[in-house]
Amino acid sequence: MKNFAAEFQGLFFFSGRSLAAVFRPPFYWRELIDQLYVNGLGSLWLIVLTGAFAGQGFALAFANELAEFGAKDYLGRIMAISIIRELGPVLTGLMVAARVAAGITAEIGAMKSSNQLDAMTAFGIDPMRKLVVPRLVGLIILVPVLTIVTNVIALVGGWVIAAFVAKISTTFYWSTLIDRLVFGNLFIGIMKPFVFSFIIAFIACYKGFSSEGGTRGVGRATTESVVLSSISVLIMNFFITRFVWQAIRGFV
Amino acid sequence: MIELRNVTFGYDERVILEDISFTIGESESAIIMGPSGSGKSTILRLLLGLNYPQRGDVLIDGMNLNQISDRDLEEVRKSIGMVFQDGALFDSLTVGENVGYYLFEHTKQSTEEIETAVREMLGFVGLDADQVVDQLPEQLSGGMQRRVAIARALLATNPKIMLYDEPTTGLDPQATDLILRLVNKLTEEKGISTIVVTHQISDAFFLADRFLVIFGGRLIFDGTIAELRDSDQPQVRAFLAPYRQSLELVESKGFRPAQQ
Repeated sequence: MKNFAAEFQGLFFFSGRSLAAVFRPPFYWRELIDQLYVNGLGSLWLIVLTGAFAGQGFALAFANELAEFGAKDYLGRIMAISIIRELGPVLTGLMVAARVAAGITAEIGAMKSSNQLDAMTAFGIDPMRKLVVPRLVGLIILVPVLTIVTNVIALVGGWVIAAFVAKISTTFYWSTLIDRLVFGNLFIGIMKPFVFSFIIAFIACYKGFSSEGGTRGVGRATTESVVLSSISVLIMNFFITRFVWQAIRGFV
Repeated sequence: MIELRNVTFGYDERVILEDISFTIGESESAIIMGPSGSGKSTILRLLLGLNYPQRGDVLIDGMNLNQISDRDLEEVRKSIGMVFQDGALFDSLTVGENVGYYLFEHTKQSTEEIETAVREMLGFVGLDADQVVDQLPEQLSGGMQRRVAIARALLATNPKIMLYDEPTTGLDPQATDLILRLVNKLTEEKGISTIVVTHQISDAFFLADRFLVIFGGRLIFDGTIAELRDSDQPQVRAFLAPYRQSLELVESKGFRPAQQ
């Protein structure tokens, strides 16, 4: 319990320092572009596969279930709500946590264990600004964009099932789906990945900076980073759905 | 000038350094020796402002690192070159990018100007720039990596003070000799104050005339090679016992073999 409190306190202060560093020059644009390229383009195939199979699987399960009640025409509507509000952000968050958080923690941890972070500081470069800020800003841009890609691919996957398995007309599927693209659903669908991006970046960078014990320590920190960021994504998803959705449902 | 005044430092409840005081003047060289884990490298971290003491003061040219702003600390760091243990080269950058790192980050010099400076500095540390400039650190031997680290430190800050953390650890005798010669060359040609932290006692005798021995976090000896030989402190004698022969050889010849 004491360790958990110390870890949480460390993460809290680290997050505060990271946020403060965002607003202090210099800003390392080249690092940011590298992050966008490596993490964005590198995650795209994973996101496309995840969206395609999750969307189809979800649509298939619902199409069968709805057909029993003669309600399969609701598939487009259900897909819109479930993918945009829940599944798209969560799956993207988990995929990014698995792929990008692991990479960030391992890279920073390895730099720490070989004194590269100290060398950077000795040369008058703040590792917070050089390493954390570009990764944080990169994820703030990437996670929402990747979520939109997941959503689109998953909804297209749902259409494949609707059109070729459930035999729902294409026009009907898309029109019922678009009907549910209202402010509330879209707001939640964009807010979640935005929040997840902070969580993943803070945890991944913090775990890298606080790793100790050589290569084994870096390995342990990387595992903890993935586990902690994945769980945090799921927990935060619940709280956003529970409280923010309650607050804005009047707009739906 | 470097000064530590009654410095005490520790992590959590573990005391690493206790009540350490010493002064190192301009162009002076000193060796900090002691067994592994005795707190030697921590002194270098304190001098760079990477850690702060719980008690006592660390002063560089009269500036107390505990009391100055981040901006002033960056200025102080510009006067210090640090060669970390194992080099601490940025492993995702080429040798050229490593050596020119500071110039790329902090100056508006053109790429061509930086490349020229990098090549000159690689030549100064005895490396063939054409051969190594585009290589990654992992493609170099340990000795070459250490020389790249020295080149990086020199080009970065044009330092008045050089700090070396275990510069010869893990190197073969030939590479060790090259590094020792380079450290001496820098100290003598550029008049740089030098602190070398090492537990390789045989190398230490070739690098300086002043020796500080840390044992259990305390400074138990501060003096010349002759005083070191004659010390009657049991911990110093026990620490030096395996190296008596090297010590006497250096003293009898009156020069440092690495300067030959």
